[in-house]
Amino acid sequence: MKFDKNRRRLVQGLLALTALALVPLRVLARNTEAFQATSPDSALQSLFGDKAISDSDKVQLKVPDIAENGAVVPVTVESSLAGVSSISIIVVENPNPLSARFQVTPGVAANISTRIKMGTSSDVIAAVETEQGVYLARKNVKVTIGGCGG
Amino acid sequence: MAKPVKIRAKLKGEVASIKSLMPHPMETGARKDPEGNLIAAHYIETVTCEHNGEVVVVADWGPSVSKNPYFAFEILSAKAGDTVKVSWTDNLGETSSGETTLK
Repeated sequence: MKFDKNRRRLVQGLLALTALALVPLRVLARNTEAFQATSPDSALQSLFGDKAISDSDKVQLKVPDIAENGAVVPVTVESSLAGVSSISIIVVENPNPLSARFQVTPGVAANISTRIKMGTSSDVIAAVETEQGVYLARKNVKVTIGGCGG
Repeated sequence: MAKPVKIRAKLKGEVASIKSLMPHPMETGARKDPEGNLIAAHYIETVTCEHNGEVVVVADWGPSVSKNPYFAFEILSAKAGDTVKVSWTDNLGETSSGETTLK
């Protein structure tokens, strides 16, 4: 009888572990402070706190060199880094630099595209986050007509 | 009632390339109307993408995402018959969504 009890405990323990593995990765609530930040540094600080931030050639940021219409600037961020948990887009000269943050799970590729507004010519920063740290790519975009509708 | 999200999905092997388009004014709150009054901020704050009912991407947006936002991403380990849903909530509490089945 003792043998049966131990075996049951083992099976129950294994089942519990399996259940835990199936729980989806936690997604963070919208970081209001980061979206209200008025400088790129404070946006990065709000988003990533003490995490190590460095430039990386494993982050590909695709933006046009010249954007005719600042209201609709296409942006694609791709990364070959493993374990990407989020991808953020920051427009340095915008009044609120953080434009978008994509929280991704292992079920999707680290590859997102969208279109953003740029008020004026500016650097655009892509920040890709993994458990190891935050990796940046940066490109300058010249805007001929500003995109904030002023 | 807010307009639905348009989704175009292409399955290549096990990767589903998803392109979504969401009609929305995405007002920053800084624009003025012809009379000089500020147009209130009205923009999508959160976009949730699901693959077979499981959340795979959550996008947090600010008003500097372009009007009628376009958002493309890729789902891994996808197959025909899978469902993909994209839903959004804006700063005024409005919501909408779109859904498609992979072929």
